[in-house]
Amino acid sequence: MNVITEHAQTTVPAVANKPLDTAQLEPKIAIRHLNFYYGDARALKDISLTLYKNTVTAFIGPSGCGKSTLLRVLNRMYDLYPNQHSEGEVIFDGDNILAPKQDLNLLRARIGMVFQKPTPFPMSIFENIAFGVRLYEKLPNSELEYRVEHALRRAALWDEVKDKLKANGLSLSGGQQQRLCIARTVAVKPEVILFDEPCSALDPISTAKIEELIDELKADYTIIIVTHNMQQAARVSDFTAFMYLGQLVESGSTQKIFTSPGDQRTQDYITGRFG
Amino acid sequence: MIQDPNAGHAHTVASFDTDLKVLDDMVADMGTRAGRALTEATRALMDRDIQLAQQVIASDRSLDLLQHELEEKAVATIARRQPMAVDLREIVSAMRIAGDLERVGDLAKNVAKRVVAIGEQPSPLNLATGLSTLSERVNQQLTAVLKAYAARNDKAALEVWRADGAIDGLFTSLFRELLTYMMEDPRSIGYCTHLLFCAKNLERVGDHATNIAETAHYVITGEALIAERPKGDESSAIEPSLRPPQT
Repeated sequence: MNVITEHAQTTVPAVANKPLDTAQLEPKIAIRHLNFYYGDARALKDISLTLYKNTVTAFIGPSGCGKSTLLRVLNRMYDLYPNQHSEGEVIFDGDNILAPKQDLNLLRARIGMVFQKPTPFPMSIFENIAFGVRLYEKLPNSELEYRVEHALRRAALWDEVKDKLKANGLSLSGGQQQRLCIARTVAVKPEVILFDEPCSALDPISTAKIEELIDELKADYTIIIVTHNMQQAARVSDFTAFMYLGQLVESGSTQKIFTSPGDQRTQDYITGRFG
Repeated sequence: MIQDPNAGHAHTVASFDTDLKVLDDMVADMGTRAGRALTEATRALMDRDIQLAQQVIASDRSLDLLQHELEEKAVATIARRQPMAVDLREIVSAMRIAGDLERVGDLAKNVAKRVVAIGEQPSPLNLATGLSTLSERVNQQLTAVLKAYAARNDKAALEVWRADGAIDGLFTSLFRELLTYMMEDPRSIGYCTHLLFCAKNLERVGDHATNIAETAHYVITGEALIAERPKGDESSAIEPSLRPPQT
């Protein structure tokens, strides 16, 4: 059957999944050979990763893999605790934020953070936001009011609280409290927002609102989110970094990581086959 | 990067593995039934066995029902497990392959229907032999690709993908042969047209085997095959001559 042999040498098939083109994106933070230590214990091992402006990057990995530690390095949160130190470089708009001369207050204004549990101050909704703004800027009252309203609108909370700005922040529901914290972060006009499991204590509707918000916020900010919820990482992020035992195992476009990861450990983790 | 989906650990939630296994078993079951329908339809054509042809027609319903059942299970698994990576690819692929196998069943049924339509008209033996060779070749492809899928063997799947041009080549030569016969003896036009459709149906089963090879490649590697598939069907370029062939 010579027809069969004629066709046996057909060309090797091409590949459709092209890697996401990062050439069009502007790097915002470049992490280079980062090591981090809790005392003598090395929690981050030679991490190198670029985070791009106006994108959402998700850090995923099992508990204790170092993803929250990495997030805390990005705004030097670890400086608040003794016996913790880092090595390597984190270049933020050209400056190494790990340098000793770094102004930490200014850094934390430029790189804001939203925590796992909503942490409103025990004061009015208005003051919760105004308080942070006053730390960095002296604004006339009218401008401060505008800034508070703008932040609450940005956090999709304005319509729900505009008639009760003097009410205590703690009187809001969990989801509203978390959006209040996002408004507080947004109000000081950061460039980067770090989210540390922002939805883990929220119901699905509040979670959806926060995710919608993250999607809107990336037009103005660079966003990094730590999450244990794989579907959330797949939904909200453009890039995903998988960490395991303090190492960065794999990073790349979220579409690639969640449909066709390159490393077996990543595949085992995201498909629930770990250990 | 090529991965072997079977090389990883079992899921922490063991019932997820069961869900995937059920889908795999259903694909295998559909494959067996589609292959059998094809063999029996061809045998009915060769032997002019109208009773067997009617059995093939009736059995297609079970393949349709299996496809529906598989789709329902796949959708339920997606909703319950929210699969990622290779799991997601496995479920999507099971649905795709089920669609291809259901079509293979339809094509076998169509061949069987033509056996009934042809009835007991006399036929030249050599023509039926050509169809038998085509059917055998197509069935080999189908069996090989389902085996490659079951074993998650990318190399074997690609071999099937590359070999489809041969089936097209066989179809083209059958097309020429039937055309010649029709020109030689216009009384055979009705009969030969039925045979031509049977040949086309068999050739299309080959296309579905190629689709399954592409799906298998996607499951195993995570990459889609977008290269132009090998083609050997030149029947559309053949212009029938008004003159009978010179002997």
